[in-house]
Amino acid sequence: MVKRVFDIPSDFSASRDVQTHIMDDVVAAGFDEERIFAIRISLEEAIVNAIRHGNRMDASKRVKIEAATGPGYLEVTVEDEGPGFDRKNVPDPTAAENLCRPSGRGILLIESYMTSVGWEAGGRRMRMILQGA
Amino acid sequence: MADSIPALAVSDQKDVRVVEFTNNKILDEANIKEIGDGLNSLVDERTHPKLLLDFATVDHLSSAALGMLINVNKRVKERNGQLRLANIKPQILEVFVITKLNKLFRITPTRAEGLSSFT
Repeated sequence: MVKRVFDIPSDFSASRDVQTHIMDDVVAAGFDEERIFAIRISLEEAIVNAIRHGNRMDASKRVKIEAATGPGYLEVTVEDEGPGFDRKNVPDPTAAENLCRPSGRGILLIESYMTSVGWEAGGRRMRMILQGA
Repeated sequence: MADSIPALAVSDQKDVRVVEFTNNKILDEANIKEIGDGLNSLVDERTHPKLLLDFATVDHLSSAALGMLINVNKRVKERNGQLRLANIKPQILEVFVITKLNKLFRITPTRAEGLSSFT
């Protein structure tokens, strides 16, 4: 199992390096193409959510990312320094009245692709797990 | 210089503007903004724009890219135009299905089918 810990500013270019490192581990762990696609999109959405919606792009706030990657198993936590949120209050982006809204689909995608997704610390920390090679 | 390569490659098929993406990822903020600005310019060129977006090269896209496409679609409709999405790879198509945006956009399997669907 490869474990990595990152602590980055609320900056999209910094998140790009994190994603590259984790995706290298994912490829090395032997996940199939379908799961690699699922992990790439989930990682992107999770970190962007932390920067944009969690830390509200505040450059003084940090995002902590921990990843544990092994054959058939990936666990990632993404923690921001924002006010937190309640998953139950996030509108369903697939509802007819929300279909034309340009945002709000990140969580839906993560939950669709991951085996399990949960929120801790009042919604500031997201934990996602993918099982299966 | 890599950043001098335009994000879009545009050609004409009769009165339809056919757009291809030069990058296989539509993820980065800057990249998404450049694509959105480029597409909006194409929409604004004509009174009733007809636009076909060919996704043949696209391997990855984010929810922010979907948001940009929704805004372009809105702008096309405001001008009584038509937008088609074509050649979407199965994994990317699944993203449209999960988000139910396959109901919002007119998606065709091939570019030829997309072109023949314009009225």
